[in-house]
Amino acid sequence: MEIIQTDIAIVGAGGAGLRAAIALAEADPKLRIALISKVYPMRSHTCAAEGGAAGVIKSDDSLDLHFNDTVGGGDWLCDQDAVEYFINEAPKELLQLEHWGCPWSREPDGSVAVRPFGGMKIKRTWFAADKSGFHILHTLFQTSLRFPSIRRFDEYYALDLLADDGRCYGLTALEMRSGEIRHFEAGAVIIAAGGAGRMFPFTTNGAIKTGDGMALAYRAGAPLKDMEFVQYHPTGLPNTGILLTEGCRGEGGILVNKDGRRYLQDYGMGPETPVGQPVLKTMELGPRDRLSQAFWHEQQKGNTVSTKWGDCVLLDMRHLGEKKINERLPFVRDLSISYLGMDPVKEPIPIRPVVHYCMGGIHTDINAATPVAGLFAAGECACVSINGANRLGSNSLTELLVFGRKAAMSAIEHLKSAPGSNNASALAAKAQESEARIRALFDKSGAKESISGLRNEMMHTLEEGAGIYRTGDRLAATCAKLAELRQRYADIEVHDKSKVYNTDLLQALELGSMLDCAETVAVGGRDRKESRGAHQRLDFTERDDNNFLKHTLSYHHPKEPPRLDYLDVVITKSKPGVRDYSGAHK
Amino acid sequence: MSERQIQLEVLRYDPETDREPRFQTYTVPCLNEWVVLDALNYVKDNLDTTVSYRWSCHMAVCGSCGMMINGEPKLACKAFIHEYPDQIRVEPMAHFPIERDLVTVVEDFITKFASVKPYLIPKEDKPVSAGEFKQTPAELMKFKQYTLCINCMLCYAACPQYGLVPEFLGPAAISMAHRYNQDSRDGGRDQRQEVIASHEGVWECSFVGACSEVCPKHVDPAGALQQVKVASTIDWYKEHLMPWSKK
Repeated sequence: MEIIQTDIAIVGAGGAGLRAAIALAEADPKLRIALISKVYPMRSHTCAAEGGAAGVIKSDDSLDLHFNDTVGGGDWLCDQDAVEYFINEAPKELLQLEHWGCPWSREPDGSVAVRPFGGMKIKRTWFAADKSGFHILHTLFQTSLRFPSIRRFDEYYALDLLADDGRCYGLTALEMRSGEIRHFEAGAVIIAAGGAGRMFPFTTNGAIKTGDGMALAYRAGAPLKDMEFVQYHPTGLPNTGILLTEGCRGEGGILVNKDGRRYLQDYGMGPETPVGQPVLKTMELGPRDRLSQAFWHEQQKGNTVSTKWGDCVLLDMRHLGEKKINERLPFVRDLSISYLGMDPVKEPIPIRPVVHYCMGGIHTDINAATPVAGLFAAGECACVSINGANRLGSNSLTELLVFGRKAAMSAIEHLKSAPGSNNASALAAKAQESEARIRALFDKSGAKESISGLRNEMMHTLEEGAGIYRTGDRLAATCAKLAELRQRYADIEVHDKSKVYNTDLLQALELGSMLDCAETVAVGGRDRKESRGAHQRLDFTERDDNNFLKHTLSYHHPKEPPRLDYLDVVITKSKPGVRDYSGAHK
Repeated sequence: MSERQIQLEVLRYDPETDREPRFQTYTVPCLNEWVVLDALNYVKDNLDTTVSYRWSCHMAVCGSCGMMINGEPKLACKAFIHEYPDQIRVEPMAHFPIERDLVTVVEDFITKFASVKPYLIPKEDKPVSAGEFKQTPAELMKFKQYTLCINCMLCYAACPQYGLVPEFLGPAAISMAHRYNQDSRDGGRDQRQEVIASHEGVWECSFVGACSEVCPKHVDPAGALQQVKVASTIDWYKEHLMPWSKK
């Protein structure tokens, strides 16, 4: 097996991975950096983020306000020391991107413009029209080309972390083009491989978001944290799940039911605000969890619009006018016309909630370090946690930058203090084991299960049990189903026997990652007997700070469901309170 | 559920077993609102797990799924079935070597893209702590369009010149250089000119304009190339006919 010697290996080349790579290259040009990704960097799903990135820059805003919005938005499950670090670093990172050429939208005087977003008391979302994630990703990718020390391994799929004596010393990865497995030796590994939204049948997430990075760390002994918290974005196109950004509502779009009523006023987010004059933290600018939950209630009451794609409510942007829509929301207009055949300038757009983001992920501390020495994580695959039980829109793009950089700095510190492994033969043996695992999967024949069949069963049991509203019974049924699927997974077969760009093999591995993650969602949800943020239980309808002001930690077991443990939330200055998104909060 | 049945002809090629590419036809039940990518995914999930192609976002922004659809370079996620006859042929992007089935080898593009220094080379040194570079909406509009390139490479598949002269830098790389040249914060034009004003650079373009026609993001690389040509010509005159003037 070919060995590639590096100092630091990064798995994932989206926003967080690229930011980490640039930080490493800037800090020390002699560092050997391997940037490993199953896709070319600009294909990473950061590109699909539309609305923007939060950071305090305007004089009417303050770090305290950003802190309070984030912690309250997260229903007090955020670690407040991490949130404080995050909001302090946020403006620097967004300015840094500006210096690297990011085409942020501007005010007439040439300063960076900000727009309102849900759950935010002040306008603080930096945006590049409605392609903010796309521009952030491309700015980072293009900037990374300045640094010869960033050696890219595009279209390499990470297989297994290599640990010895509780420390991580690298990984194995499959080169897609050749089908060969490579051994990456590294003094530290940073995982920045994104979320796992493809576990669900209806999602804004691209095909690549299969939780591989989470599963990689999980199988190596790092716990996954708070995985039961899955965000539904309230406004997805009903046929494809394509996202229409929260910026639609930030710019003044309204949500109405089949009777034309702005129903959010009936769910604690009123009173109704004048059309086209959005009021921060009220009505359509409430947080995503509350808006998606309100949809569910409207559906129960029969107030939704029935379409051939299922029940919807309507996002009406007509009053914004063609000029503003073209200037601020051109992508939204293009997507609506192309994929739904409807023009938001002329008609209300039917939308429904869609799985969007994993608040949970690899357990890290404020330094982006996991409990496995030498292993770091950042971005959606990680859980620091600044997002708590519900992420505020526009915090995740900033999170990529802040913690991507932090993971790089922490990895450098680790290199300085950690001795290299003196047990090369143990690591080589582990790499061989990894290769044997893939070889066995590749060579197996005569198996009974199909990859797409198991994947469908996984998606539907998760939607059934771990959707917007959950019950103990349904979660238990989903847990049982996922345990069954885990066993049946051992009986899948890769029909494609070519070594070159074998997507059949890749999908088999991705399914394994998703099954690992899915079980932590369901088991974590089953045992969290309260309602908080995105985790809403019909049988435990209240938040329970006495018993559950805690993070869920899931530990991997190869043959059994995850074992759970709990960790206290870090509270520094904001005691758990009431999340108020009514007009009364002003 | 299905509204229509199509015959999807897929180019197949496995370098381990095939001497040359062949076509394999699948009968696919489709919904009218489907895109060609949905039909391919139907094949992959239900008929033949061995078909290989790239895709991810399904919303025309990640740039993965470029391919030839009935002979034209398209994103499979934005090629609507209802715009095609019942027979749809999909092939890998023209002008790139085939790696496997619909997957092409794209290193040539990546290398050329990197060679034009597609990053900001700041005009003035300014620490991040000193705040943002001011840029008015009008200054942003001068280059905004060229930032929209998703690197899907359809313009290379469409460009007859790139097919004839593989050394040609090509539309997306040159328009990205132009994007930074036009940015009010940038001072790197001279460095980029060495690459893009060369023989393999902008002068290789024969201005057919196919690149702009196929661009799914309306970047108009042909327009960028023309602007670069004009600017390079002015540079030449300044240097050779007016040596006393500074560029």
